[in-house]
Amino acid sequence: MRLATPVKASPAKTEQIILFRVSGQLFAISSASVQEVRSADSMSGGATEISAPGLRKVRHVLRRGDRSLFIVNGAMHFGLHAAEGAQLFVLRKTRTALLIDGIEKMTTMTRLQALPLSFCHEERQWYRGLTALDQTVVPVVHPEGFLSPEELALLDAALLEADKTASENLERTSAAQ
Amino acid sequence: MTVSTEPELQSFVLLRLGERRFAVSANQIAELVAPSRVFRFPHRTPKLEGVILRRGRIVPVCDVSEMLLGKRLTSRRFYLIAVRNYGAQREWVAVPVTGECELIKAEMMAAVESDAPHVAGWLSHDGDVIEVLNLDAITPGPEHVLAEAAALQRPEARP
Repeated sequence: MRLATPVKASPAKTEQIILFRVSGQLFAISSASVQEVRSADSMSGGATEISAPGLRKVRHVLRRGDRSLFIVNGAMHFGLHAAEGAQLFVLRKTRTALLIDGIEKMTTMTRLQALPLSFCHEERQWYRGLTALDQTVVPVVHPEGFLSPEELALLDAALLEADKTASENLERTSAAQ
Repeated sequence: MTVSTEPELQSFVLLRLGERRFAVSANQIAELVAPSRVFRFPHRTPKLEGVILRRGRIVPVCDVSEMLLGKRLTSRRFYLIAVRNYGAQREWVAVPVTGECELIKAEMMAAVESDAPHVAGWLSHDGDVIEVLNLDAITPGPEHVLAEAAALQRPEARP
């Protein structure tokens, strides 16, 4: 008699996530999306100010060679009470560095539930979905959802303008000297 | 052959919001549950309070009291978990109610053009005329965003 081969339970697909807080609110992000975690203080030397009309959530830009990383204030992005960010996530494959309060912990998510269709505004760009962890529901952010293509175009234009002004000022100073 | 003159009775769940009663087709109701913790997170959709966890499912909580009564009701006794249609897709939505719910059988009169979009029909029960709610019209969904966008694009009416 042959015994039926026991069905091997396929391991649940898991994903490593980082739980972090912005203005006290808990969020999650896939750890694979975070390229670097830096202290907000460390950017004070390398970041320059930028101002794009109607886009208050980005005030600084980090230059890395020919690449510019726009620092998005997480609290302003989500419409939360303004908070001084203490840490910075440099997000992989994006031009975003996200200013957050701090990291809560790293954990594993076993199930990502799509955002219910009732949520039908900007949050659909913000979140990949929701996950239940320890009887709490946490939104899982979309790394590309912090800056839309239109916002990036605005920021690029502001950056170009700032560079032009800086080079004109430099020329004027050199001429005066 | 005999022609039946019996009215066509359907099942409805009567719900209470403040002083008023409304009806929802019983086919659209999944269950009635006691209030549980609402998990809130940032979003921009009006009327959505957050989500609740129900049997491993994450269910959005949609407060319809302001739309139906003109004021927000803070007290709640149950969540009526209803099935909301999004085209071919169906999802659960939790609607807070302030009193007992009742299952009745009644004949529905269809809504007419002059009725508000949230009215699917009318029924008569215990001497009251009760609105039967069209849940798709009172809970948010992608079609509302399209309607809002279309309204914004429409040129302003001139006197």
